Amino acid sequence: MTGLDLIEVDSPVTGSTGSSLAPGRAQALWRSSQPLASTRRQRRRRIKDRAMTAALAACALIAAVPLVSLLWTTVSHGLARLDPTFFNQSMRGVAGVGGGALHAIWGSVLITLAATALAAPVGLGTALWLVECADRSRSALTSGLARAVRAVVGVTAGIPSIVAGLFVYALIALVAGPGYRSGLAGAIALAVIMTPVVESACEEVLARVPGELREGALALGAPQWRCVTSVILPTARPGVISGVLLGVSRVVGETAPLLLVAGFTDSMNLNLLDGRMASLPVYIYSQWQNKGVQAAAYDARAWTAALVLVALVLALHLTARLSARWATRKEH
Amino acid sequence: MSHLQLDRVSAYYGAFQAVADVSLNIEPCSITALIGPSGCGKSTLLRTINRLHETIPGARVTGDVRLNGQDVLGPGSDPVEVRSRVGMVFQRANPFPTMSISENVLAGVKLRGRRLAPKQAEQVVERSLKAANLWQETKDRLKKSGAGLSGGQQQRLCIARAIAVQPEVLLMDEPCSALDPASTAAIEELMVTLKSDYTVVVVTHNLAQAARVSDQTAFMSVDRAGQPGRLIEHGSTVSLFNAPTQTATCDYIAGKFG
Ligand SMILES: Nc1ncnc2c1ncn2[C@@H]1O[C@H](COP(=O)(O)OP(=O)(O)OP(=O)(O)O)[C@@H](O)[C@H]1O
Ligand SMILES: [Mg+2]
Repeated sequence: MTGLDLIEVDSPVTGSTGSSLAPGRAQALWRSSQPLASTRRQRRRRIKDRAMTAALAACALIAAVPLVSLLWTTVSHGLARLDPTFFNQSMRGVAGVGGGALHAIWGSVLITLAATALAAPVGLGTALWLVECADRSRSALTSGLARAVRAVVGVTAGIPSIVAGLFVYALIALVAGPGYRSGLAGAIALAVIMTPVVESACEEVLARVPGELREGALALGAPQWRCVTSVILPTARPGVISGVLLGVSRVVGETAPLLLVAGFTDSMNLNLLDGRMASLPVYIYSQWQNKGVQAAAYDARAWTAALVLVALVLALHLTARLSARWATRKEH
Repeated sequence: MSHLQLDRVSAYYGAFQAVADVSLNIEPCSITALIGPSGCGKSTLLRTINRLHETIPGARVTGDVRLNGQDVLGPGSDPVEVRSRVGMVFQRANPFPTMSISENVLAGVKLRGRRLAPKQAEQVVERSLKAANLWQETKDRLKKSGAGLSGGQQQRLCIARAIAVQPEVLLMDEPCSALDPASTAAIEELMVTLKSDYTVVVVTHNLAQAARVSDQTAFMSVDRAGQPGRLIEHGSTVSLFNAPTQTATCDYIAGKFG
């Protein structure tokens, strides 16, 4: 009954929400079955309620503080070098003021695109196989395999990113010899991290495609693969896109694996297959870590790169959110 | 227009038997109504005919279904081929939300990997929508989403989609259960016109509807929960409603259970 105590009365926490409990009704039922409460009890309850409300509001505030403060710090420190030079020069031959992050921006873009090109098809394909084939299969072997795949995906999702980096480093070393670094290796490491993210997001949206659409397509004489390409994928598309974007925003700020396998360079490298390639997170790290004589210039560049990175992540998140919302709106 | 024969058809969901030993002869170019209390296996039986039942994990069918004498359930028959000859309309209208009205009508063509010239496609859309009694309401909004139609219109769109590919048999699972009297009347009228080209099997809870539209009626029932549903009686609609031979049929028609 204490639970009901909490949702009772005109507290600002619950008063206006459309709780699934239908608080109005619950209150009415509760009230009608109770003798009139003493005013003392009422007062005590009101005080308890206020205290609770205040505590919860404080929690919400505390949660918001770091984000706001982070944004504020990043923007205020980052604005100093948010100039054209930052976006049209690399760090080649720069020791001190000036220089930019063009090479790191390009590196991030190329590595992330390559990682997406690897992870999105694998993640979506795995999700499709699990939902559309394995879950509908009557073979015990397939079901067992599906369970194993789900377990592997779950574990991969939890692998620390630096371990993924080490793994890819070791893998590439087998083929290309030790010490080989390239954008592609970085992309592979990011793809390892990104695939489970994309997979679980896709699995969720595919499972949400109503069974009646699937049956409708089959009943029209569609082979299963066409049912997938013409009905299920188009229906799930906004969700799939938002899943991929979530995956991208998960890896675009990854530092450790890129540090290991893509390395760092001061100059432009647009060839994913050959040589070290800079990226924004690693750029920030290296500016911060290897300050020259004019430390302030290095700090400023690091902050501006951080600002660009945060803006990028926020933009990705926003797009993912919007496309997911667009999807739910279309369902109705 | 095809002859459909069911011989000792039983359907299972895993270990649970939902339908037992149904033998039924369905004449071409007729409407057969399938009636019976809820849970007696009408939908299940209907879905064995186009092999949709077996797409449910763990579900299986035994017995024999023949379409114009050809084996439907056997290993030699391709479910995709069967479903292109046996169309289905579901209880809940299920137009494809990502497709426009005309794309929905042409979905069957597309899903079977065929292509039509634009002119031909237009003809198919118009013919099917007219047949489904939906042309007047939609001819100015063919490019709009099918999800914007009313429930009754969506159901008629699904009927248009099913007949656009000209199946031989049309299975309808409670096609009017979510519709108002006007849409129901429109769909009943439609069923009667469809009869001249198609063999129609319709599941319905509405006995008056069964009596109005069908030529033949099959009554299914189930003794107790957990028991399989069985075919109790099958005959011409007139005789089944006026002179049922089984007491269970009699009770059901009199509204005593179900
Ligand atoms: N997917 C399923 N898995 C397991 N059992 C099922 C499934 N679908 C139906 N059943 C069971 O099979 C039996 C027959 O169901 P069915 O849907 O064919 O009945 P129905 O006659 O169509 O009923 P209604 O008139 O309510 O639609 C019921 O006991 C039901 O619980
Ligand atoms: Mg049913």
